[in-house]
Amino acid sequence: MPINVITSGFATTIQDLGRPGYYHLGIPMGGAMDRFALRCANMLVGNDEGAAGLECVFMGPELEFTQDCTFAVTGGDLPPKLDGEVLESWTAIPVKAGQKLSFDYLRSGARAYIAFSGGIDTPLDLGSRSTYPIGALGGIDGRAVQPGDTLPLGAADGKAKTGAHIPEKLRRMPARETELRVLPGLYWHRITEASGARFFEETWKVASEADRMGYRFKGGTPLEFVDREPPFGAGSDPSNITDACYPYGSVQVPSGTEPIILHRDAVSGGGYFMIGTVISADMDLIGQLQPNVPTRFVKVDMDTALSARRDRAKALDAVRAHLA
Amino acid sequence: MTSRYTFGGDEHVFVEVSEEMSLEAFFTTLSMTNAVRDAKIDGVTEICPANASFQIKFDPDVIHPDALMDRLKSMEATAAKQEPKLTTRIIEIPVYYQDPWTHETLMRFRERHQDPDATDIEYAARINGYDSVDAFIAAHSGAPWFVSMVGFVSGLPFLYQMVERERQIQVPKYLRPRTDTPKLTVGYGGCFSCIYSVRGAGGYQMFGVTPMPIYDPEQKTGYLKDFMVFFKPGDIVKWKPIDRAEYDRCLAAVEANTYAPRIREVVFSLDEFNADINGTNARLEEALYAD
Repeated sequence: MPINVITSGFATTIQDLGRPGYYHLGIPMGGAMDRFALRCANMLVGNDEGAAGLECVFMGPELEFTQDCTFAVTGGDLPPKLDGEVLESWTAIPVKAGQKLSFDYLRSGARAYIAFSGGIDTPLDLGSRSTYPIGALGGIDGRAVQPGDTLPLGAADGKAKTGAHIPEKLRRMPARETELRVLPGLYWHRITEASGARFFEETWKVASEADRMGYRFKGGTPLEFVDREPPFGAGSDPSNITDACYPYGSVQVPSGTEPIILHRDAVSGGGYFMIGTVISADMDLIGQLQPNVPTRFVKVDMDTALSARRDRAKALDAVRAHLA
Repeated sequence: MTSRYTFGGDEHVFVEVSEEMSLEAFFTTLSMTNAVRDAKIDGVTEICPANASFQIKFDPDVIHPDALMDRLKSMEATAAKQEPKLTTRIIEIPVYYQDPWTHETLMRFRERHQDPDATDIEYAARINGYDSVDAFIAAHSGAPWFVSMVGFVSGLPFLYQMVERERQIQVPKYLRPRTDTPKLTVGYGGCFSCIYSVRGAGGYQMFGVTPMPIYDPEQKTGYLKDFMVFFKPGDIVKWKPIDRAEYDRCLAAVEANTYAPRIREVVFSLDEFNADINGTNARLEEALYAD
């Protein structure tokens, strides 16, 4: 018995933890931009942490349940309303067949995650249900959710605990003025020392071109390049390289003007140089940034990146312990 | 050739084999990535070869980044000694140059182009010193091409022209990328040709279109039944210029699911190629059309 989609919100997609293993063919891992939030939502409703849920951007869908189940909303602050009554996020909420779920307006963050007990049970493509519209993989026919769609649910194993709640201190959301930690590298040597220092000193802003493929930033000073003879095959612009792979989280700066951080639906490669990579611990935060959010890039070394990664794992363990 | 090793955050090692493109750099990339695959290193999760560089994704909870970096560096000397030779396939790809669909698209984005008064292929022919578009098409389709990278989006091949460097076609990308490119457009940027596997944004010049699907997520196309992506690095491609009538015939065959690309197995040796480029290409073409 499926969930009926009445209205679909804006770019609402089915996402799980993605399909790693095909990046060498230009098929990105995909999956929830804020993986922590999706894992939390699944834990609240008693699912495997990697079960498929809905990723909602800026606004929520309107859904009608045709079976009893439990749902939870996490991530950006998008308050759920059940038959019009506003309820708490980060909480396991039981529903009856016939009830309708809608959403209040977004208070903070950019993406909310809805998990349902049993998980969304659309077909797997390359091992994942994550929607990748460019390659027409996952989701429903490889596209975002539309009004009139029905979302099938898998069998719930009865582990959902009604009323289970994740308190604010266990959550992780970006601050009003965000800091993203970057490990310099890749083609860092292509810009001058002064330009590199300025990149980290200035405050940038999230541009309107910000989606699952990448987040663009604006407002900083254009980068200054070290002079060179263009290598054969690279192209004549100083920001060109012989087309190469792009790491997830890598910061490319076409023509040296506006940095773009590639995210879960990244293009796997191309001809623009990159000055470094956002550390794995901060990738989830990017998915919660709205356009115009002031952002600073903070230079870190590998030890800091690894210790931040351990802290992230601990934060997830704390949620697991809290709900156990 | 000494490779440059650098980290892409805490989950990637990025290795630039050479700043500039060459088949030597590609072969080193291929033997390095093959060696890494064969080594089955714990914690390595993705191995992505590119034109003249490659990237290894790893789980730093399983292997320390420095340990992986050292391990990769230790493999370089052996990989460099590998004979640059491979058993691969040569594939004929029909191309309808100057087709109406890419033409309509390029006209929509003229203000993003270096030469708004010419078409993409007229511009490319002129800046590469060809007298006519026909002469340019003859050059583009004359020699075979090497698939030196698969990526950007879903199964898109980057192709490198198998001729002396001074004969290689070079074209800048659009001044600003287009927001639209027809599916299966044969494009060109820098020294690379490509086939857009899916419709979408793009910055490469557009020369024509192929009727032959190269990506099928539903795996209904006969020759994509086993896997949805057609190309892999090391494939060799020979373009075959076709007209509208032939294009329509191919497309009908694709739609009836009876289209079978012409594919033959060949052995390619870089040393042999470098010693006699025209002879090697003639032999490859002979293998493709022998029967």
